[in-house]
Amino acid sequence: MTNHNGTILTVNDLKTYFQTEDGIVKAVDGISFQLQKGETLGIVGESGSGKSVTNLSVMRLIPEPPGKIVNGDIIFDGIDVRELAIDEVRKIRGKRMAMIFQDPMTSLNPFLRISSQLMEVTRLHLGHNKKQAYDHAIKMLKTVGISDAEERIDSYPHEFSGGMRQRVMIAMALSCDPELLIADEPTTALDVTIQAQILELIKDLKARMGTSVILITHDLGVVAGMTEKIIVMYAGKVFEQAPTRELFATPANPYTKGLLKSVPDPAHEQGKELYQIPGLPPDVAHLPPGCPFAERCGYVQEICRTEYPPFIQINEDHHSLCHFAREVYAESVQERQAK
Amino acid sequence: MLSFILKRLFIIIPMALLVITLTWALIRIAPGSFYSGEKQLPPAIEENIKKKYGLDKPWYSQYLLMLGNVTCRTLAEGEVTKNGLQFSIGQTTVKCFDFGDSLKYQGQSVNEIIRRHLPYSVTLGILAYLLALVIGLAAGIIAALKQNSPLDYGSMALAMLGLSLPNFVLGPILVLVFALGLHWLPPARWGNLSNVILPVITLAAIYMAYIARLTRAGMLEVMRSDYIRTARAKGLNETTVLLKHGLRGGIIPVVSFTGPALAGLLAGTVVVEKVFAIPGLGNIFIQAVLNRDEPLILGIVAFLSILIMIFNLAVDISYGFLDPRIRYE
Repeated sequence: MTNHNGTILTVNDLKTYFQTEDGIVKAVDGISFQLQKGETLGIVGESGSGKSVTNLSVMRLIPEPPGKIVNGDIIFDGIDVRELAIDEVRKIRGKRMAMIFQDPMTSLNPFLRISSQLMEVTRLHLGHNKKQAYDHAIKMLKTVGISDAEERIDSYPHEFSGGMRQRVMIAMALSCDPELLIADEPTTALDVTIQAQILELIKDLKARMGTSVILITHDLGVVAGMTEKIIVMYAGKVFEQAPTRELFATPANPYTKGLLKSVPDPAHEQGKELYQIPGLPPDVAHLPPGCPFAERCGYVQEICRTEYPPFIQINEDHHSLCHFAREVYAESVQERQAK
Repeated sequence: MLSFILKRLFIIIPMALLVITLTWALIRIAPGSFYSGEKQLPPAIEENIKKKYGLDKPWYSQYLLMLGNVTCRTLAEGEVTKNGLQFSIGQTTVKCFDFGDSLKYQGQSVNEIIRRHLPYSVTLGILAYLLALVIGLAAGIIAALKQNSPLDYGSMALAMLGLSLPNFVLGPILVLVFALGLHWLPPARWGNLSNVILPVITLAAIYMAYIARLTRAGMLEVMRSDYIRTARAKGLNETTVLLKHGLRGGIIPVVSFTGPALAGLLAGTVVVEKVFAIPGLGNIFIQAVLNRDEPLILGIVAFLSILIMIFNLAVDISYGFLDPRIRYE
């Protein structure tokens, strides 16, 4: 937890719903968090838990219809993003907050040269002329580790490998030196060897440029070494929120415990089956009245199926959405001490 | 790229020969001939005519003679002909692309007839093509952008109507309303610009509708793609997102359709020319078929099929300019 000199992003009770034929899908249902300047926040969860929708909401990129932000505040550096006219949002997008997407294969426009895709950002936001934008684009490509930038800048995306494309995406996102970078599963579509490189790159650039980062992933291994605090999402809700170290050491939510147990361990005993959380995430269009995780939970009690769980505060920075959060936490602490 | 074009151009030759052979065979196989009419010719005269045109020879010699004429052959000693393309190599004169004289229009060569009537069809075809392209693209893009709005439903309902109404129905309806009813435009014939309007609309309707639907579908598909989201995340406004990032990918299905469409528009003026009494190639083609005018049928079919193949090649080449991922081998 380094240079805390103010809050860059506050999300308060955000609700983003989608109207579908199947009914209203509450993709994000009451999410709150704060991001300090220079801090890295990890958002972890399974597919469909609402991680991406949360961040698309912050960027006001939810396709409307069918989606709609129905409640909550998104305060970016004192600006209420939800209240802004879309033209004003566009002045922030790409300039002050930028986004890297999951699949670099499809996130770059296959019909346009890299140069033109890089240049349009700085020409738009920094008022660069052609020459300035071109030079800046080369500089950015070099920054993200593409050493032969001069030769490659006029290539098309399909002439790059997956890792290189993600580098280009990062260069694009960082061209205007944004205050907030949202990385939506930046390594999921990449080779394992490339994953580490890209994460190192983000970490390194973050340290150099002082950008605040939201890192979305379903891979706990990714957030472990990268983030200061973590939000665990499930079925559109925050299940647990804690500083990274504490979350890994003493989780206070059965779901988090399940996730941690399912991470493959190199010291894993051979022949022993790898743990996985039983069942599937619930259909967010038809949530049961009680805890959405009840059906899959090893700690489940009668109350879990009938009553929605409370968001219990364990200590100053640690919260968990569970009827038995304190008990689960106590168990984790015990396990920790036993080791 | 160049070798691709050359290869494709080269393939046109056997394809065209195949089309010519099939057409020639079909005309022969079909019962009746140019000379079988209500008025019976005296046998002696029929014999003479057949001899003049080489129809007394066995079918394979006729076929080879025809093939030589329509491609290239050397002229025999003392043979004089005004048709086709002629050039000399030393002593011998070579003649190419000679489809002979029309049987019906005495003394007029097929090449000459095509040349004379083509401009009408080309004018109609190109104007209809441009109209279909401009209106179709615009309607499709607007419908895609305002998806599920009244504008979308309205334009797509119109497109559905355009697709379902055959041009031999649409043509007379337009004539009834705008020529005979409102007296705004002339009902038929060729002359000035006002004569062109109704036939061009009739001809373009179905293509316009098709292009509008293709554009809408293509744009909807592209505007949902990841790279459009990236473009929006950069803070670009919707117009830039649409025109710079969306359009190229969105109109690829339209481009694949425009090659056959242009060929179809030039060749498919048959009905429209008949409805509006325009002396274009289509009208002549119908006459030729009704008259069993073998050389003329053959000439027009060969000409149009080569045209279609060239347009398709042009479309394939244009893909490369639209989509940099496409490589020619």
